Amino acid sequence: MRIFDPHIHMTSRTTTDYEQMHAAGVRALVEPAFWLGQPRTNVGSFLDYFDSLVGWERFRAAQFGIAHHCTIALNPKEANDPRCTEVLDWLPRYLAKDGVVAVGEVGFDSMTDAEEKAFARQLELAVEFELPAMVHTPHRDKEAGTRRTLELVEASGLAPGMVVVDHLNEVTVEQVADSGCWMGFSIYPDTKMDEHRMVAILQERGLERVLVNSAADWGRSDPLKTAKTGAAMLEAGFTDDDVDRVLWRNPVEFFGQSGRLLLESVDSDGDAGATFEGNSILRGPRA
Amino acid sequence: MTTLTPLLPLEELRSALGPAAAGLDDLVAQVGADPRRLDRVFPAAARRTARGPLEQHPQVLAQDAVRVALLVAAAPALDDDDLLTELRSLYRVGDSDEKRAVLLALPGAPDGLVAVDLLEDALRTNDTRLVAAAMGPHARHLDDSAWRHGVLKCLFTGVPVSAVTHLRERADDELAAMAERFAAERRAAGRPVPDDLHTVLSAATHSSRES
Repeated sequence: MRIFDPHIHMTSRTTTDYEQMHAAGVRALVEPAFWLGQPRTNVGSFLDYFDSLVGWERFRAAQFGIAHHCTIALNPKEANDPRCTEVLDWLPRYLAKDGVVAVGEVGFDSMTDAEEKAFARQLELAVEFELPAMVHTPHRDKEAGTRRTLELVEASGLAPGMVVVDHLNEVTVEQVADSGCWMGFSIYPDTKMDEHRMVAILQERGLERVLVNSAADWGRSDPLKTAKTGAAMLEAGFTDDDVDRVLWRNPVEFFGQSGRLLLESVDSDGDAGATFEGNSILRGPRA
Repeated sequence: MTTLTPLLPLEELRSALGPAAAGLDDLVAQVGADPRRLDRVFPAAARRTARGPLEQHPQVLAQDAVRVALLVAAAPALDDDDLLTELRSLYRVGDSDEKRAVLLALPGAPDGLVAVDLLEDALRTNDTRLVAAAMGPHARHLDDSAWRHGVLKCLFTGVPVSAVTHLRERADDELAAMAERFAAERRAAGRPVPDDLHTVLSAATHSSRES
């Protein structure tokens, strides 16, 4: 089973997680920029975080044979803090980079005016940089947040096929399916969405435009939920090819629209990591 | 105006890139017309041209040579101070590949352009690509202590010390003693000592004989 986790916050995870993910088949992932639990209070704190997403974390993942990509954005929670909003002016520098495969996570948390302003501005940036957008839907009043999200996406002119609306469940999936946007599902150890409910949604709706992620971060979460969903699909009678489509080909198709995927180093063994690349880079003196 | 030495002369780079040279031509034209375009084209260099070792110059990575070529194209519109400001800005928001290209450009900058701060930043990371690029010819501007710790970091992180440009001229007794202490810790832990330890020790012996 080869797996592309389209949403996981590796900054908060350990090297043991990387080892176990690789053993379970994870060969590529996307780490969306989000909040860190502790709110930031200034722009520099964001820039250092973005630097780690395009720098150290990519290097760290490669050492475990996993291709790391990221998305860059001002997240909705911190869009409400005027000390942080200036980061919007810095985003173009980061959205120009290799391995930055979408603008995100954007969207709503508490449905404020400040959130809506940042959201709309960042959808404009997605259009300008020809990047997909990853949209976070609120954990409270998800239905209303999802509805307003789809209105803003439509107004932005960004094609629905360039947008994934994430953290969906049985209540919100319908309107996103009808919009033409991609449907993202975060599989958690408890609450929100689990692998068996996910399988039921796949049985009902099919595999098209579906992304399954672990959304693992610093909270109670499980970086192996993608693999466990694959196993649950097989148990329920889906084929290996179905699993490959949901867990690999779908995210490659969606994020491939950025033209920024870095999958050259991923082979079927997943052995080619930074150590290998590093050695090839270091071969011979530079003088 | 200022100038910068490329990693490869432009025509050689164009020839080595083959069909991807069209992308280079476009990026060079953009930067030549307006150096502020570096913000957008410097990060895009690899995906617009090529990535990985050049077939005709396997010791040079395509993306490094292209990025330095873009800096060369911007240089005539800048003075030394502007160029240094631009290099610092590109490094500040660069990913590791972009930071590395800035570090590799420094040895080709005019004599008065010194960016020890960028080398020190790179040597604070554990990213082997940056550590290696920081220990090139521009590292002659590092003070002795910082330079010795740079060499030691190469040993520690597995960067071949062939990346250190002036090793045989600059290795001294203090570096040898630091390397020996590093090796003693490795042996005490039952861990392998890198072969490059001997390269460093022999460079220190050679260098003290010379002085």
